[in-house]
Order: sequence, then C-alpha cells, then structure tokens
Amino acid sequence: MLTVKNLTVAYADTPVFADVAVHFNAGKITGIIGPNGAGKSTLIKAILGLIKVQSGAVDFSGKTLKEVQQAIAYVEQRKDLDLTFPINVLDLVLTGTYGRLGLLKSPGKKERQAAYDALEQVGLEAFTKRQISQLSGGQLQRVFVARAIVQQADIMILDEPFVGIDMKSEQEIMTILNQWRDAGKTLIVVHHDLNKVSNYFDELVVMNHGIIAEGPVEEVYTARNIERAFSADLSNVLFATKEGASA
Amino acid sequence: MNSLIEFFNALGKYDFLQSALVTAIMVGIMSGLIGSFIILRGMSLMGDAISHAVLPGVAVAYMLGVNVMIGASVFGIIAALLIGFVAANSKIKTDTSIGVVFSAFYALGFILISMAESATNLHHILFGNILAVSDSDIMTTAIVLGIVVMFVVLFYKELLITSFDNTFAKTYGLNTTAIHYALMLVLTLVTVSALQTVGIILVVAMLITPAATAFLWTDRLETMLVMSASVGVISSITGLYFSFTLNWASGPAIVLVAAVLFAISFIFSPKQAFFSFSKRQRTKEAAATQTAEEIVR
Ligand SMILES: Nc1ncnc2c1ncn2[C@@H]1O[C@H](COP(=O)(O)OP(=O)(O)OP(=O)(O)O)[C@@H](O)[C@H]1O
Ligand SMILES: [Mg+2]
Repeated sequence: MLTVKNLTVAYADTPVFADVAVHFNAGKITGIIGPNGAGKSTLIKAILGLIKVQSGAVDFSGKTLKEVQQAIAYVEQRKDLDLTFPINVLDLVLTGTYGRLGLLKSPGKKERQAAYDALEQVGLEAFTKRQISQLSGGQLQRVFVARAIVQQADIMILDEPFVGIDMKSEQEIMTILNQWRDAGKTLIVVHHDLNKVSNYFDELVVMNHGIIAEGPVEEVYTARNIERAFSADLSNVLFATKEGASA
Repeated sequence: MNSLIEFFNALGKYDFLQSALVTAIMVGIMSGLIGSFIILRGMSLMGDAISHAVLPGVAVAYMLGVNVMIGASVFGIIAALLIGFVAANSKIKTDTSIGVVFSAFYALGFILISMAESATNLHHILFGNILAVSDSDIMTTAIVLGIVVMFVVLFYKELLITSFDNTFAKTYGLNTTAIHYALMLVLTLVTVSALQTVGIILVVAMLITPAATAFLWTDRLETMLVMSASVGVISSITGLYFSFTLNWASGPAIVLVAAVLFAISFIFSPKQAFFSFSKRQRTKEAAATQTAEEIVR
C-alpha cells in the first residue's frame, strides 16, 4: 500500500502538479492514464525519490522510502542506456539481485538461477549470452521486465512497459502481473492504450497535471473523466458504442 | 635483437631500471582497471581534468615537504567536487564545468610549481621520469595498486551498475554519489602514480587507450578489465624498452605503444569489423543466431 500526500513537483517555475494526493492499494493492479505531459512519469519518479519535490510525502504502509526501497521494482519509460556496454542479457537481469545482496556480496548460483527463470518467464531464455545491443527494442524491454521479476519486489511500478512489445509478450507479462496481484503485491502501471483499461486494471488513476479521478476502474473509467483528462472527442469515440447500447 | 639483450642485461645490472619496470607494470595494471570504468561512464574528459587538476597539489606538497600523494589527492577531490557543484548549481553542462575548473587548477599549478621548484622538475612532472623512481615511490605505487584492486574487486557490482544504469542503482537505494566520489578519489591516486611513468599530460592516455583497446575485443566487463590491465602492462614494458634503447622520454614512448595496440585492435577486432573478412564473418554469425531464434520460437 502506498499513499501520496500533498505532493508538489516543479521542474522549472511552474509546477507539473500541485498538492497531489493519491492512494495505491496492495493486491490491486492500478493503472495510471493521462495525456502526454500529464505528469505520470513525474509522479512515479517523485514516489521513487528520483527527483526533487517541492513539498509532500509518500507513505509506504507506515514506512519511509528508505526502509522499503529494496522492495520496489521500477521499469523506466524510456531508458537512454549505453547499449554497447559490455554486459549480456543474463548479467543485466542479474543486476536485479544487487539490491537484496547488499554491499560486498556477489551474486552466486542461486541468483543466476533466478535470473534464468525470470528470462524464461518473459520467453527470452535463448538469449542469455547475447550482448544487449543485439536485441530488438521489444526484446530489450522484456529483459527489463525480467529484471523487475528477479527483484521479487512487493511494489512494482512500470512506466509504459508495453511500448514496442508484441501482443503475445504483452499477454504473458500481464499474466505475471496478475499472479503478483493475487499474491498481494502493489502494482502500478502507466498505460497508453485506453482500450485495455477495463481488461488490465482493477483500479485507475486519471491524471492531467493533477489527479482527475481515482478509484475502482468501473467507477473511474467514465466518459466524463476521459473528457476532462483528454478531450470530448476522444471520450465520444471511446464511449459512443457503450452509451449507444445502453440508451 | 641486440638491443633487447642489452635491455635485459641492463635490467639485471641496474636497480633504477628494475624499479622503473616494476613501477611501470603496476601503473599499467591500475590505470587499465580504473580507465575501464572511466570510459564506460563516458568520463574520459573527467579523467583528463583530474589528472591536470592535481598539479597544484603536487606543488603544495613540494613546498610543505609532505607526500605528493596527499597533496595531489586533496586537490583532485576538490576539483571533482567543484566540477560537480558548478554543474549541479547552474545551467552549465558538466563538460563545460570540467573545462573551467581544470584549466584554472592547471594554471594555478604552474604558478605554484614555478615558485616551488626548478624547471627540470616541472618537465618531469609534465612528461614523466620513470628512470628516477625512488624506493619510497615504489612503496607508494604498490599501496595505490592494492587500493585500486581492492576497490574494483569489493565494489565490482556497484561500479558495474552505476556505470551502466545509475537510475536503477538509485532506485534500489545505492548511494551512487558516494560511489562516484570514491571512484574520483581512486582516480586521483592512480593519476599521481601514473605521473611518474608518463607525466601529467599523458596520464589520460594510460587511462583511456588500454581500456578502449580492450573494449573493442570483448562483450564482458570482467574480460575487459583483465585485457585492459594487460594492455596497460604490455605498453608500459615495451615503452620502457624503447625509452631505454632509443633514449626517448618514457611517457611518450609508453603512450605511443598503447596507441599502436589500439590501432591494431581497431583494424582487426571483431567488434570493429574494419575488414570485410570479419564483416562477412559477422553477418554469417548473425544469420546463424537468427535461425537459432526461429527454432526456439
Ligand atoms: N527533466 C525535465 N525538465 C523539465 N521539464 C520536464 C522534465 N521532465 C518532464 N518535464 C515536463 O513535465 C511535464 C510532465 O512530464 P512527464 O514526463 O511526467 O509526463 P507523462 O505524463 O509521463 O507524459 P508521457 O505520456 O509523454 O510519458 C511535461 O510538461 C514535461 O514537459
Ligand atoms: Mg511518461
């Protein structure tokens, strides 16, 4: 469980959002939707302590970020990594065990096995020895998901994890996320495909430089909220058929 | 051939040459190891900056009669902190901040050195004077080598992840700033050691060229570290040999050998695939893995 209170973040002078309060429940997959530049990634980075905040606090079931940090997995939206770095797929996934190993301990057999198993879950076990620049964009994204799996985190935050991933892999990753939800973990997924909202998420946060709405998907995913966050046109397109049917 | 035999004869005969060889080997190893992380972090310019910024520290150490290592380390770290501070607290980008800070330190160093010592000494500091290493220099270099090896072995994981994916390291709670400044401190120590063999001006070459050479050959960090240290050692020994036989300055001799090794690697290494032969080889390999992929699917 994760509670954000009075959070204000600004990059320059004008805040991206001010006084945001929002709540993410354990045992649920919560989606975050909103137009480009709405502040979705900013909210996540603030939660993770990666950017300076003007005000506000984040509470992790009564604990502070420092206390739970190791139990959070995060898949970034867009990574500007050096793909020529001398590291192969298995070793990249293995870095997911660094947090719990702590200083001065090296990953051993158990960790390597865990990394291999995670790669198997995302269907990349044939690629363990590949240097990372020799992967397709979608494959690389799946490697980062595998690293998040290896972290065995209680809280998992994925910022548009499905961009560039094929439908089959997307389904496989959703299956993994569903298993974790059932195991009581807190899952937060920023997502762009509004058609999937009802299918994928239990709860939903709609953002546009602030929180427009939050709560169970059935209550929050409405024509009115989509209109407020995006536009009336989009809302009409998405909800036209539904409302037409009910009318 | 004759000159080789002569070199080995002299090695047996003269203590100063033995000392030079031992120092050169140690410096080759440490700069190869630390240099690998410097190039992987895209910090070549920082390596150059720190190596120049230690000059005032060297001068002050001479003036006060304290160990050069201490004076240099203090100024190296001050420079690193200042570079970070300026970049973090203004719109100025890091490379610009590096340029401003290191040139100021270097200039200050020149003035202090000219106040402290004779011109020959400045020449040695700038270009290295490996044939004049003292026993205490060897001891200090050995200690620095010990520190470097311990640092890389003990913090291998942390160095890897902060070099590759700093944001991720932050999210799991690693103190990435501490790792950065620890690396800067170790870099300063390596710089001062390398000062004796290649001099301030060429320290950056010892950090970067062997590491870049190793990078062309391998896809694994462990291998890169070992190869980089090896290239550093080979360059040091061979350079020392040329320095002795042809009476070249030791620094330029060592650096030129390293550059030749890099050039050879540039042409023949598989990653670079400069020759069409190796290019063809690569396409074949790619095709092979492609089919393997399809079989798996
Ligand atoms: N590093 C930065 N410096 C300055 N402004 C930034 C920075 N990062 C983001 N912004 C601005 O903050 C706002 C929110 O950005 P954010 O990345 O949180 O949006 P988002 O909702 O994740 O959008 P997207 O759907 O495109 O990923 C945008 O207006 C953006 O221009
Ligand atoms: Mg975003």
